Amino acid sequence: MKRAGFNLLWLPIVLLAPQLVIIGVFFYWPALYAIRSSFYLEDPFGFGSTFVGAGNYIDLFSSAQYLKVAVFTVGFTGLVTFLSLSIALVLAVKADKIIRGTRVYRTLLMWVYAVAPPVAGFIGVMIFYQGNGPMTELLALFGYEFRLGVNYYDTAAAMVAVATWNHIPVNFIFFLSGLQSIPQSVKEAAMIDNRSGAGRFWDITFPLLAPTAFFLLIINITYALFDTFGMIDALVKGEPGNNPMTLVYKVYVDGFRGNDLGGSSAQSVILMVLVLVLTVFQFRVMDRRIHYT
Amino acid sequence: MSKKNLLAIASMALGLTLSSSAFAQTQITWWHAMGGALGDTVNEIATEFNASQSEFEITPVFKGTYEEALTAGIAAFRAGEQPNILQVFDAGAATVIGAKGATVPVQDLLSQNGIDFNIEDYIPGVRYFYADANGKMIGMPFNSSTPIMYYNVEALEKAGVTPPKTWEEFESVTAPALKAAGFIPLVQSHLPWEFTENFFSRHNLPFATNDNGYGDGETKILVNTPEIKAQFASLKKWKDEGLFEWYGAGWNDNQKPFEEGKVGLWLGSSGSFGGLQKTATMPFSATFLPYWEAVTKEPTQTFIGGAALFAMSGKSAEENKATAEFFRYMSSPEVQLKWHKQTGYVPITNAAYEMAKAEGYYKEQPAAEVGIQQLSLPAGENTKGYRMGFYVQIRDVMNREYGRILTGETSVDEAFATIEKEANELLERFNKTQG
Repeated sequence: MKRAGFNLLWLPIVLLAPQLVIIGVFFYWPALYAIRSSFYLEDPFGFGSTFVGAGNYIDLFSSAQYLKVAVFTVGFTGLVTFLSLSIALVLAVKADKIIRGTRVYRTLLMWVYAVAPPVAGFIGVMIFYQGNGPMTELLALFGYEFRLGVNYYDTAAAMVAVATWNHIPVNFIFFLSGLQSIPQSVKEAAMIDNRSGAGRFWDITFPLLAPTAFFLLIINITYALFDTFGMIDALVKGEPGNNPMTLVYKVYVDGFRGNDLGGSSAQSVILMVLVLVLTVFQFRVMDRRIHYT
Repeated sequence: MSKKNLLAIASMALGLTLSSSAFAQTQITWWHAMGGALGDTVNEIATEFNASQSEFEITPVFKGTYEEALTAGIAAFRAGEQPNILQVFDAGAATVIGAKGATVPVQDLLSQNGIDFNIEDYIPGVRYFYADANGKMIGMPFNSSTPIMYYNVEALEKAGVTPPKTWEEFESVTAPALKAAGFIPLVQSHLPWEFTENFFSRHNLPFATNDNGYGDGETKILVNTPEIKAQFASLKKWKDEGLFEWYGAGWNDNQKPFEEGKVGLWLGSSGSFGGLQKTATMPFSATFLPYWEAVTKEPTQTFIGGAALFAMSGKSAEENKATAEFFRYMSSPEVQLKWHKQTGYVPITNAAYEMAKAEGYYKEQPAAEVGIQQLSLPAGENTKGYRMGFYVQIRDVMNREYGRILTGETSVDEAFATIEKEANELLERFNKTQG
């Protein structure tokens, strides 16, 4: 087989140059800069700096507070991913079966997606408001005093609830289109073999949804890790206090609020590594385990 | 096009801008963090300054919260696009003053431009917070406030008590009576500022080594000390007994119940006065921050919070002159009096204070004078303020641990040991950023 290729070396480089320049300027240069400044402690105005080697990383990993934030982030991400995926799946399966009023029903489920995370956060603040939020009053009926911004676990619960609510629609849309792409003939064949609806779902539908589900899993993990920033900022009202926070929010708190450039660069580098690991995992699993129809 | 041609065009362009600026006004910018009604007053002051003369024109730009304004200023400075004037809040003072070369000390700026400066013209509590170790004023105090105690007049009447002078009086007399009368006795809005920084000043206790951090060299925080730990043990006890309530680290969440008339006493800022007049649903007044008689019999002054205006370096002499002229205008008694009356922030000069008194303003509004009186109480060696790097983060650590004390997640001993450890680590890290 003959490989198609360029005879001249400079032509592909010239054609790629605009793209490479954009990636270089907007992605690699800042990333390299962050890696460099993670080894320094620097005066924010840029007058003085000290090379501290791995000092910033050592400080982070020996800080009980950073580990606590990391543990919260893992728990938060796991919960949000699990809840928003499973609720969306149930909704999609049910919506797939509706015959009348399908459009209205589906549109109603989807439009929450139009709510930007910070706005979702503000809605959360209103719903869970300490004095007279509807959710707070509802819980008070059951004798539970819900205190947003005061009790660590109450605030965490509100964050999980808002993030889940905000992300169900995306999952719903993907699951629904995944369900609709399952060939009718497969479904009918299954119907003959197995009379139990649940059995058919786990044996046939769910494996066929696996590529969608896996794709959504990655999307949800990155959402919970990175995109919940605005929501968290709104819920804690810019005052971290004794509230829970995620690793990304801590980068903001230390870097932008506290002007600790070295420390927050080190935190960013850790997050970059995390994204790298996630990406490698995604491609490996996709290649080996997930079969696209 | 040859290099020569380019050069010619460039120099022509330069000549044009130079000649046009000779006719035009000198433009300067001012980045601030004053939102809402405060922002309106800031714009008013700027407009009036522009109208008062024809040489200079100032443009105020709202940059968000204090933290956001400082970060925006830093980013702009690194890009060489800094504003002429940047408003920096109390907790950011060490960052901006520590970066020697980022600002032109206000004292130098004024004297270079032929404007008289005498630190004695400023009211006592204002003088040294934004000064360097030698007492040279670096930042021009702008919105200056101090924590004071507001009280709900009706609630105190109902309970048959007067505002407490000491925390002992609060604990034994005021709080039980207010609770019995159906009120939440006490709320506060900022534990690090009102119950920590100014606790040390009010009782003339050292807050940090190295002259509260003003000296050169290494600084260690002195927060793990018996007096303040006893105070937080009391706060926790009061909360458990229903004598104190806490609504989280947000300022407004704690102010709101007081505005709604549910609370007897609220520790807020003297700068809250203007806003409270609009939002409070009941008559209120104010008095000094209480003190612990067990700690001192001679309570001292508190120091200012709020923010100051810093003249950023790297600007032309003309623009610096404009900045200096604006500072002169802004600190004039008339402008200070207007600022004081509209916002509730204290006037920064004695002249403005005298003017307010002569006008009879405090006869109408006695509560408006409390802040300035408290700032003018006897001084001590530990009352001028503090200077600690990464202080925004140190405050965050305090807020976190105080919240955990009040929700029962940690003990007072453990919390203060953690604050001391983390704060000292932050101070050490900050020290290296200056290296």
